[in-house]
Amino acid sequence: MLNKYPMWKNLMVVLIIAVGFFYAIPNLFGEDYAVQVVATRGAEVTVSTQTQVSELLAGKGIAVKRSELEKGQLLVRVNNAEDQLQAREAISDTLGDKFTVALNLAPATPEWLESVGGSPMKLGLDLRGGVHFLMEVDMGEAIRKMEEAKIADFRTQLRDEKIRYAGVNRTVKGIEIKFRDADTLNQAEAFLKSRGNDMLFSEQTGGGNFVLLATMSETYLRQVKEEALNQNITTIRNRVNELGVAEPVVQRQGAERIIVELPGVQDTARAKEILGATASIEFHMVDEKADVAAAVAGRVPAGSELYQQREGGPVVLKKEVMLTGDHITGAQPSFDQYSRPQVSIQLDAKGGSIFSDVTKDNIHKRMATLFIEYKDSGERNADGSVKMKKIEEVISVAIIQSRLGRNFVISGLGHAESQNLALLLRAGALIAPVSIVEERTIGPSLGAENINNGLQAMIWGMAVVLLFMMVYYRAFGVIANLALSANLIMVVGVMSMIPGAVLTLPGIAGMVLTVGMAVDGNVLIYERIREELRAGRSVQQAIHEGYGNAFSTIADANITTFITALILFAVGTGAVKGFAVTLMIGILTSMFTAIVGTRAIVNALWGGKRVKKLSI
Amino acid sequence: MFQILTLKGSVDFLKHALPISIMSGILVLASLVSLATVGINWGLDFTGGTVVEMEFSQPQDLNKLRVALDRPETSGSVVQNFGSSRDILVRLQVREGIKSDDQVKLVLAEATKLDAAVVQKRVEFVGPQVGEELAEQGGLAVVVALICILIYVSFRFEWRLAAGSVAALAHDVIVTLGVFSVLQLEFDLTVLAGVLTVVGYSLNDTIVVYDRIRENFLKMRKSTPREVVNASITQTMSRTIITTGTTLITVVALFLKGGTLIHGFATSLLLGIFVGTYSSIYIASYLAIRLGVCREHMMPVEVEKEGADQPSMMP
Repeated sequence: MLNKYPMWKNLMVVLIIAVGFFYAIPNLFGEDYAVQVVATRGAEVTVSTQTQVSELLAGKGIAVKRSELEKGQLLVRVNNAEDQLQAREAISDTLGDKFTVALNLAPATPEWLESVGGSPMKLGLDLRGGVHFLMEVDMGEAIRKMEEAKIADFRTQLRDEKIRYAGVNRTVKGIEIKFRDADTLNQAEAFLKSRGNDMLFSEQTGGGNFVLLATMSETYLRQVKEEALNQNITTIRNRVNELGVAEPVVQRQGAERIIVELPGVQDTARAKEILGATASIEFHMVDEKADVAAAVAGRVPAGSELYQQREGGPVVLKKEVMLTGDHITGAQPSFDQYSRPQVSIQLDAKGGSIFSDVTKDNIHKRMATLFIEYKDSGERNADGSVKMKKIEEVISVAIIQSRLGRNFVISGLGHAESQNLALLLRAGALIAPVSIVEERTIGPSLGAENINNGLQAMIWGMAVVLLFMMVYYRAFGVIANLALSANLIMVVGVMSMIPGAVLTLPGIAGMVLTVGMAVDGNVLIYERIREELRAGRSVQQAIHEGYGNAFSTIADANITTFITALILFAVGTGAVKGFAVTLMIGILTSMFTAIVGTRAIVNALWGGKRVKKLSI
Repeated sequence: MFQILTLKGSVDFLKHALPISIMSGILVLASLVSLATVGINWGLDFTGGTVVEMEFSQPQDLNKLRVALDRPETSGSVVQNFGSSRDILVRLQVREGIKSDDQVKLVLAEATKLDAAVVQKRVEFVGPQVGEELAEQGGLAVVVALICILIYVSFRFEWRLAAGSVAALAHDVIVTLGVFSVLQLEFDLTVLAGVLTVVGYSLNDTIVVYDRIRENFLKMRKSTPREVVNASITQTMSRTIITTGTTLITVVALFLKGGTLIHGFATSLLLGIFVGTYSSIYIASYLAIRLGVCREHMMPVEVEKEGADQPSMMP
């Protein structure tokens, strides 16, 4: 019989729509005022912290709605903004420096909904206010560092192998290793190649020079960049945590850029100060043979460099980096037995073994801690990028007393300095400096205004479209309207379900547009049914043919729009991506509701019956 | 049932196709000339620079702020109202050796002098190199979209129809950009999103007509291609009007109620929907006919169409 859906098909339609509706529900509950407690390094948020906080707040007479311990962070919900402020103050006073306490707005989704994965749509910064940064990693610097390390490697490798070289230098072309004759060059080339080294070697011999040029292979270059970016992301994430911002976003974008979003933050200056403190640390051996006075006069021995100490006075250090800050896993300010400030440092396993080797070979020699900082010089390059200023300073020179392992201290610092250094080390060092290439601050009132405008547009657009459809297609119009409303709710449901989907202002525009375009499916079907009726088909036949003939048209039309949305998603950033996401979801759900959803209703109402006239 | 449009038989749409195509050609040419000479008023997203949006408690005289900002650090800034006379937007240019932060501080300091209760609503800074990349990517996106569509339509229909649809789409994009250029409307990222949406939307219309053309070629065995196309456009006309109408309604709602940040997006869509609807009717199909599309070209697809008619494929 025509126009009958089997039971399973009806059930499937109901089920899909029900799931869509269900996951849209969390958006109805609004938000709770909350205080978020996150541990910085070294500390941990545990059940005992939770109890401590609960007791503290009970003692202060602040009513707690709910307190949740999840993924190492504590979220305490309170009733109003006033309680929220008081609670934050009380908690941060009691818990101290090891925790950051931030104000937050947490979705007020009931627990039973949350337990099945229900959560409201995530709002983009343009809708809730905050700061957005796009940062660019200075890859040139990352590569320079890597080449310096390679130079040191080459020197030791060749020396160990007793191959005599005349010099190793960094040039624009790559690393140049000079030799006195062709034999040594060939010998060195074969040896260095056998060691792997991730480099490409080529001979640049000519004019009495015997030069071996080492350049980075494409894969190695990519790997270096990849590592630099990942390391910087980790570091920035740690620093953002120091800021005490609720739900920050730190994400990579492309090959060299990092997106940082701090909802609710208005003070960009402070945020920049912390994010941009691109300090790193390196340990170098002091060049004991060098004559400091001669170096100051400009005669610095090859392989060494002249630096200034923080306390004053020049010092000559070997260029070779013994250890970089990347291996530091922990750093705390502390005091030695004479109450002098120092910083206790912990290294990771690799760092520990490197450090152990270095110190074993250099007992009673001096080792220096070099502090490197990149600062915005306030000037811009011709291309508009920020010009960075490099500041290098030796912060401590200490005699290695014994072989050191994974734990050691840096002494000889002032009190404030040790505090500062520990903080910077703990937050990790940036492997290469970053500059801010894009910055957007949206005030919270503007965010709320944007939501409001979007909703207004949606309500007006939707109301007129619903009215028109009802008048023009009568009973079928009402069915289309049901489908349209279900479609909108399903878009919201799917948006809430997908973890990465973020609602932005253009996203709302996308939803509004979906309302206008979603009826197209139904219009195509209904116009077809009318045509079939005019052609003298029976009612059942007309419905059947109408849906059938319109199907491939709707599919083709929507697939092409989907292609453009997909391309928009691929090239777009931020808000435009948000638009593309809603458009794609809207296309899929509207196809489903317009074709299958309305068919189920039409079948249930008219299918398999003797109908003389259709209300269309 | 009542109809907005009751077309008996088939209307000879193609009668006007030649003069209209010539007019479109002139329009495209004019747009290209304007794009080449006047150019596009690129927004912050593409040029780089800084934008500060402020809300004052009282309506302000823009000239006062303009005069106050006429100094080396902020010269060449654009000061304009944004939405209401209390909302003011300042666009600052990137200046070598001057930090954007300092420019923003200066603007806010001057604004506070005029009105102590001024609220900073939005500050955006975009580096020029980011903008350049965006412009490249944006242009690339449009081209890639057109190529993907060319492939899809050639695969599903026929290359002559594909060529027609892509020509129509290129026409829509060029004319929309042309209007933005002539009126010097600001072109930002949301407008780019709008233009791409127009590509999708306009293609929607074209596909609906093509689908009917394909069907009618198989049905109307004795008719000439011209008759088939005319019949197809006529049959889909009421659908085209209704869908265009509902979409226009929502876009107008966005334009009127969506707020100033969405204006560019809504404007490009409004334009694009008009241009796109008319180009699907007059350019896409007409070009396919001029390229010599005929019944034989539709034959291979017949097999597929038969398959699509099976009840099991139906929802």
